[in-house]
Amino acid sequence: MIGAFRRRKLNAIVTEVLVMLVAIVFLIPFYLLLINSVKGVAEQLTNTAGWPSAFVWNNYSKAWNALNFPDVFLRSLLITVFSNIGLTIISALAAHRMVRMPTRFNTAVFYLFIASMAIPFQSLMLPLVQVIRELGMINSLGGIVFTYWGLGLSFSIFLFHGFVKTISYEIEEAAIIDGCGPLRVFWRIVVPLLQPMTVSLVLLNTLTFWNDFLLPNLLLTKSELHTIQTAMNAFFGEFLTRWDLALPALVLGTAPAILFFLLMQRRIIEGVAGGAVKG
Amino acid sequence: MKKRLRSLGEQSLFMGPALVMYVIIVVMPFALSLYYSMTDWNGIASHVGWVGLTNYKTILTGDPEFAKAFWFSTQITIVITVLTNVFGFALAYLLTKQLRFRNWWRTIYFMPNVLGGLLLGFIWQFIFTKGFASFGQLTGLSFFELPWLGSEATAFWALVIVSVWQGVGYVMVIYIAGMTAISKEMEEAADIDGAGELTKLLRIKLPMLMSSITVCLFLTISWTYKMYDLNLSLTKGGPFKSSESVAFNIFVEAFSNNNYSLGTAKAVLFFLAVVLITCIQVYITKKREVEL
Repeated sequence: MIGAFRRRKLNAIVTEVLVMLVAIVFLIPFYLLLINSVKGVAEQLTNTAGWPSAFVWNNYSKAWNALNFPDVFLRSLLITVFSNIGLTIISALAAHRMVRMPTRFNTAVFYLFIASMAIPFQSLMLPLVQVIRELGMINSLGGIVFTYWGLGLSFSIFLFHGFVKTISYEIEEAAIIDGCGPLRVFWRIVVPLLQPMTVSLVLLNTLTFWNDFLLPNLLLTKSELHTIQTAMNAFFGEFLTRWDLALPALVLGTAPAILFFLLMQRRIIEGVAGGAVKG
Repeated sequence: MKKRLRSLGEQSLFMGPALVMYVIIVVMPFALSLYYSMTDWNGIASHVGWVGLTNYKTILTGDPEFAKAFWFSTQITIVITVLTNVFGFALAYLLTKQLRFRNWWRTIYFMPNVLGGLLLGFIWQFIFTKGFASFGQLTGLSFFELPWLGSEATAFWALVIVSVWQGVGYVMVIYIAGMTAISKEMEEAADIDGAGELTKLLRIKLPMLMSSITVCLFLTISWTYKMYDLNLSLTKGGPFKSSESVAFNIFVEAFSNNNYSLGTAKAVLFFLAVVLITCIQVYITKKREVEL
């Protein structure tokens, strides 16, 4: 009995150590990025793994200016915020209707949306650029937001659809009988009930929009319209292997997503787990 | 009549925006892809000539680079899918045990996933070329002194390392959710019957988790097959075009070679391949799911 107890304890210690070692391996890239971002060029090459002998904070101000950081940050932020707002409203409206009015047409549309989740973006991208150009929306923030509304629909409708099914219809019914119009029912009753799913969805979509490189690269071709991702790509084309500039730029570029994740991590991880269960 | 009109109004109010967006952003480009793939358009000229299935024939019979890209994508998808899921499963297994700081570890493992492939590729460029060299000096291990981004074989594994590092946390979260959903009674019953840790893992956890496995395999396969950003920032498709994925090849064809119609034909073939592969995978793993 005592032997079994001891073995269990030993097992627990081995597990803790193992888990910690893996965590260290996971963090090493971030560590190297951070400490080298404040070293001079020479020290980056001679003392890559060690603590900096002197902190060269000036690297950051140079990278900040070279990237035009406030500008590209604001642009990424605007795109992410407005893409989320529109996409959430459009997909919640449609998903709600599809569940509450499952006519043959609406059900067929639902399955069509689900099926198109299988289309890789690369299979649409060439003519998509043309369509956006024809609509006069190329090289505009509005154009890229508009495109995200369309591209994000399938996934968002899929998640909302699953969620609306779990909400009981009785409250809505009571409001309709009391003479409440459909839009008011939706706004006053359905939207508040959807809130948990809305939060998960917005968090997941935020990471997708924020990290996307391909679409802004295709639709925002002018350098004065760079987002963080496309600015970073252009930056590397220009200052290839100037690591004293590139590393602080990468810290600046990754910091918003990392901070966002650390603040929202519980909800984001719940969203990932929940989204997968639905699938 | 009035009622009918009103319900039509409601229908278009709720469904209209989604349908319009969907037609413009998904249906139209998709239909145009099919159309252009059967023409000789170069993306700029005003003349568009119909060529039928010629482009497809060219790609399937006379384009070694596309075949090479397809083979590359297939190989790397298999390797990344297997490794990501094995490690993700193992980490989930460890993290469902009684541990201190469990949420901390989970957060750390998930963290690489919140960054985009483009930035990760640039970060790892520094680590492979400078960081690994200094680890090599410190430890003397030849593993760190390989020309990671300079040779075909190592560039392949460099992409694998970064992708697994990025993807493992995501599938781990899904596996954790699946494992915590397994009822405690079932495990207790197995304990009473004298089942060891390994038996419980193979006979209870694994079969009960088949639906999570279906989802995770589906996700990793479709991410990896569509890989583009990481190849661009880490290896630029090189050395010697050895790490060009299919998505990369489509880009090169349409924008560098200015063969727009060939590019769209490749995009259509790519779509068919992704659908076929993921359908086969879902079909196979779905069959193994257990219903209670």
